[in-house]
Amino acid sequence: MATIELKQVAKKFGDSYAVQPLDLTIHDGEFVVLLGPSGCGKTTTLRMISGLEAVTDGNILFDGHDVTWLHPSERDIAFVFQFFALYSHLSARDNIAFPLQAQGESRDAIKKRVADVAKMLKIEHVLNSRPGSLSGGDQQRVALARALVRRPAAFLMDEPLGALDAEFRETMRAEIKRLHIDQHATTVYVTHDQIEAMAMGDRIVVMSNAVVQQAATPADVYHNPANLFVARFIGSPGMNLIPAQYADGIVHFEGGNTYTIPDDWKATLSRELGSDGRVVVGFRPEAAMVSETGEMAAPTYANDLHGSYTMLHLELLKDQIVHVRASRGTDYKIGDRLRFDVDPHMVRFFHPDTEMALIKQGHLQ
Amino acid sequence: MSDIKLENITKNFKQIVALNNVSLAIKDGEFFVLLGPTGAGKTTTLRVIAGLEKQNAGHVYFDGECVDSFMPADRDTAFVFQQYSLYPNMSVYENLAFPLRSPMRHVPENEIRQRINTTAEKLRITHLLERKTAKLSGGEMQRVSIGRAIVREPRVFLMDEPLSNLDAKLREALRVELQHLQKTQRSTTLLVTHDQIEALTMADRIAVLDHGEILQVGTPHEIYDHPATTVVAQLVGTPRINLLDTSIQDGNLVVDRSTLRIPIPARSNFPDKLLLGIRPEDVRLTQSGRFSGKVSLVEPLGVETIVHIRAGEQTLLSIVPGTSPYGIDNDIQFDLAGDRLHVFGLDGSRI
Repeated sequence: MATIELKQVAKKFGDSYAVQPLDLTIHDGEFVVLLGPSGCGKTTTLRMISGLEAVTDGNILFDGHDVTWLHPSERDIAFVFQFFALYSHLSARDNIAFPLQAQGESRDAIKKRVADVAKMLKIEHVLNSRPGSLSGGDQQRVALARALVRRPAAFLMDEPLGALDAEFRETMRAEIKRLHIDQHATTVYVTHDQIEAMAMGDRIVVMSNAVVQQAATPADVYHNPANLFVARFIGSPGMNLIPAQYADGIVHFEGGNTYTIPDDWKATLSRELGSDGRVVVGFRPEAAMVSETGEMAAPTYANDLHGSYTMLHLELLKDQIVHVRASRGTDYKIGDRLRFDVDPHMVRFFHPDTEMALIKQGHLQ
Repeated sequence: MSDIKLENITKNFKQIVALNNVSLAIKDGEFFVLLGPTGAGKTTTLRVIAGLEKQNAGHVYFDGECVDSFMPADRDTAFVFQQYSLYPNMSVYENLAFPLRSPMRHVPENEIRQRINTTAEKLRITHLLERKTAKLSGGEMQRVSIGRAIVREPRVFLMDEPLSNLDAKLREALRVELQHLQKTQRSTTLLVTHDQIEALTMADRIAVLDHGEILQVGTPHEIYDHPATTVVAQLVGTPRINLLDTSIQDGNLVVDRSTLRIPIPARSNFPDKLLLGIRPEDVRLTQSGRFSGKVSLVEPLGVETIVHIRAGEQTLLSIVPGTSPYGIDNDIQFDLAGDRLHVFGLDGSRI
């Protein structure tokens, strides 16, 4: 498999950037997810890696070799799309064998490789069926098998689970990840679904407006988002983000609530915010705890069961709902006033103008 | 608002039975969700209530009065669709006023203005009233669509997948808004969805439909904690419930092709072969656990982590809060929450 390097790779359509110059190294055997809303540039980036889209600027290297101007077929990659792109008149077996036949492999070698990959994906029983007679999940397994059978330098996957219903998506998500663990094939995977990205990626590259917002492990993207966009986009719901005013170790929210900030943040906030003091306080729903002695208080706006837990929605201000994750028995009425605290280890701060996260002094990034 | 009763409703489209003898009673002021996969008969149920489809058998009652012979307009229901059907060249205000200006209603202009202002306030769209709807975002358009239903003050709201065209973040936000609105207005609301999270989070009660039949009616807690069939059990909850082929051997539940042997709970009238259901949060990883397995996959979701456990040839999913310290192929011990096991017959019905 291959290491993929993008050096100042950019794409312009007309005058506007679809992808601003970006540097990214995808290590040999790594599973990297390009994540973002539609139009953020993630698919264009994938298509440039594949060679389906020419770069406007920059260079793409596979294992140190410049492939920027190589044809897709010369890059030794396998593509898996959202739509299965199978030949409807061929059996599943012939669909899987097709890329090997095109490469001129021997009949015996093809037979063995198809049998191996079918076993791995548990589709041996459908090999003689035509795609049209298969379920969505099995069709996507056949499409995956066709990509895997070639043992290419890298797999490029463009929303491969997007067309499946929820139940298959969960199963296939786990299967693709398990396959990656067994095979360690360099994989670049595009999705707009943050849960998929968190569950699958060794690393997540979050994109928005043609720019990489953060490239980090799932844990880092979740706990230490680089900016307000990432904080909002990751998590369901996203991070609670509340504008406030900082002074003397305390942040003041509109409407009278206050939050005493943890000691280890004081120096950072004083330094970064200066006398202006405007700040955005961020914390995840599970970082807030309902407690009678809580420092903040707000009326219940809504209250809902998610199966294994309950989500409370508190109306801190008009148009400022705070989400609090609580145990599943929790049941408050709309209007019930609750007090809550925020876990001092899980609070984050952002600059309201730059929208960037403030980095705690002494914190190793 | 009104209560609604469906009595033995059957609806056929040519050879296809869309609804098979469906009976439901929706209370005045209730938020009632019809949940099921595509083709379950959810939308057909709404359309029969609205009078847009005529049932082949059975009756529809509003407040005890049979409305079978009523035209849709006379049933006074308000429909909210997945596709917001707004007039793009009219302002939001004009769109909201439109249903009230119908010659059948004769609502005076000052009352129209008052109703629109109240509704706009509730839906947080006051600042949009003078804008053309073509200039709005998807979330704003759907708020206006809901607003257009609300200003009419109908007997019942019928909502057909109103959130499914929105992106995930907007859907989350509007789910909360819709729930708040319904609870504070106490409007009788029937909402159709295929999304189990929408059903669990918003409903007072849920009816689960499949193939034109009702599988279960209950509160979100009842549906989640006591699913009547394996289909219901698998439809709600994410990740999905573990369902394991199990036999009874020497007074134990023995999961096939695995190392799991569970002493049967006291009250036991189980058949020899059954399906054992265990929700992922009820598979608890603990060093003192009675059962052992190997980690086959770890999916970190941030707030929690899904751990796939291999026990013999079976895979169980467990969900643990926060980050998991476990790695692939680690040996682990786990327990099953004994009071939260679900037992189903091979036909799928709960025992």
